[in-house]
Amino acid sequence: MKKRDAISALRARRLFLRRIGGAALAAGTPAVVQKAAAESFPTPGYDWTKRRWAFGVDATKCIGCLRCVEACKVENEVPLTAHHFRTWVERYVYLEGENRPRIDSHADPVNIAASGSEREYRFANRYQDAKVEKAFFVPKLCNQCEHPPCVQVCPVGATYKAKDGVVLIDHKYCIGCRYCVQACPYGARYFDEEKGVSDKCTWCYHRITRGLQPACVEACPVGARVFGDRNDRQSPISLFIRNNRVHVLKPETGNAPNVFYVGLDKEVN
Amino acid sequence: MEPFIHYAPYTGWVYPNETVIEWSVAIVVYPYITGLVAGAFTVSSLYQVFGFERLKPVAHLALLTSLCFMLFVPLPLLLHLGHPERAFNNLLTPHWTSAMAMFGYFASFYIVLLLLETWFAFRPHIVGEAQKRKGLSGAFYRALTLGSYDVSEPALRHDRKWIFWLAIAGIPGAHGLHGYVGFVFGSLKSREWWSSDLMPLVFLFSAIISGVALLIVLYVVSSKLRKTPIDLACIKGLAYTVWAFIMVAFLLEGLEFANIVYKAREGIEMILAYVTGPLLIPYFVLQFGVGSILPLLLLSYMIWRGTTGRALIVGVTLSACLVLLSVFMMRWNVVIGGQELSKTGRGLLSYPLQVFGKEGLISALWLVVAPLIVLLGVTRLFPPWEHKTAP
Repeated sequence: MKKRDAISALRARRLFLRRIGGAALAAGTPAVVQKAAAESFPTPGYDWTKRRWAFGVDATKCIGCLRCVEACKVENEVPLTAHHFRTWVERYVYLEGENRPRIDSHADPVNIAASGSEREYRFANRYQDAKVEKAFFVPKLCNQCEHPPCVQVCPVGATYKAKDGVVLIDHKYCIGCRYCVQACPYGARYFDEEKGVSDKCTWCYHRITRGLQPACVEACPVGARVFGDRNDRQSPISLFIRNNRVHVLKPETGNAPNVFYVGLDKEVN
Repeated sequence: MEPFIHYAPYTGWVYPNETVIEWSVAIVVYPYITGLVAGAFTVSSLYQVFGFERLKPVAHLALLTSLCFMLFVPLPLLLHLGHPERAFNNLLTPHWTSAMAMFGYFASFYIVLLLLETWFAFRPHIVGEAQKRKGLSGAFYRALTLGSYDVSEPALRHDRKWIFWLAIAGIPGAHGLHGYVGFVFGSLKSREWWSSDLMPLVFLFSAIISGVALLIVLYVVSSKLRKTPIDLACIKGLAYTVWAFIMVAFLLEGLEFANIVYKAREGIEMILAYVTGPLLIPYFVLQFGVGSILPLLLLSYMIWRGTTGRALIVGVTLSACLVLLSVFMMRWNVVIGGQELSKTGRGLLSYPLQVFGKEGLISALWLVVAPLIVLLGVTRLFPPWEHKTAP
């Protein structure tokens, strides 16, 4: 009996505190802001328990045009530098007589010099005089891991895994310690110095929850990027995973990524 | 004016987002001063709990040193945070799977414990000054008595009991605080250089030697400044303590490196290129050679030869200075070294150390010097040279 009394007292206290909090919020915040906050995120009507998003990359199709990178930068207001990316493309080039590939990305100083600006991306034709044995591109992005180490290490729970599988960041709660940046083995996270918070790819969460494709998928001219709902057996991603022998990056970490690759080479990590 | 962000130049292949080295020299200083706290507290506990009478002359100095450095431990973290005003989220809504979430609790618990133990240790002094002084300083001491003026033998016995139990609670507290710092790095699987089960122990033992070494230096310098004779037995006791712990620390650090090399997992070529290249001097020469092996040999020689007098003081102080350098280099090589080795295992970055700015060299120096300045002030208010509470 005593225990029940204590519990109900606790409940009453919590309710009271919640009411006070609500009243304080109502008093201090204009109605417009409250309405916007209630409706902006997550997308109204979107049920994250119904979806299981996944991403596919067919590296054999990528031509390194970097439209995906540009689309992502614009869509997600990623700082326009050569050091902050939600998605990027890597180039692997095997030259004749060499055992290891030469690897670079569009962020490499040589490639930035070729484009003439940190805001525009292209791969410089740096191997035109060499004998290339094998070469390919590999797009990279956040793997939205099943067991995300970034979520594990966040000291305040500002980054979390949504029910639909996407790892999100609450920018209003992030303290900017950058432990998540350190914990990600894929280098998928960066720190936004102006906002003072960590950031990374969310598969364009604001788009996919409205039934749209991520910006990079939409911008890709060759269909190297595939996105969809694994709960739907006929979705592009379900077909991609079912019809191909797929691979994930750094499987030994136990993170269980949700970006599935086709056409990887042993040197890609 | 310096640019807002500093990018790290690199060789080989690194992920594009890695070109900003996120954990700066401030994060080097953080485990360094946390280690000094834990080490100084160890000295205090060796006397208070384990009855090492030789360490009596530095027992109260150790306590004050620990307290003064502890007050500054959160500062490098606050300087580092993108949103320092949200730092309390760490305490209010901790995310239990995060090693870092424990920091606020460990630190708060430990500060309270240190304040309590210091209060008990200095209570007779506080009461004496409260009764003697007038005016503002008198009011300060009277407030600190918390209304308790009883310094009779039974009351002091009661105080000693509190000090004893607080010191006992402080041992896991101090060492937990520092072992946790090692865990923050060692538990990450993203970097081969950090990912080690030995990391918490490596941090812990290096912390102990750094704290003891700091006390040696502080004791010798303060005795010189106060023109009081240096207790040779105490210096010898501290030297033995450093000597014993440095061997364990050295062994653990060596084992950790041997493990990385022997297991030779992916990226080992880059690690070897790194330690024999850019890290040769900071790691092998400064951390191991000059900072660990040299003081170990010097102390061993002095213990073997039974060196005493001025030679002992000079030798032990020199060893202590080298140990302080070694432990700083160890922190540097872990924090900065880990980030200079790319996660790709195929590239090396170079940390662009800044002079100015909140995470620059000057800030870092201040973070190490400021606790010493505070300690100077605190020793004026609570002279650790008298031991009225000691039996």
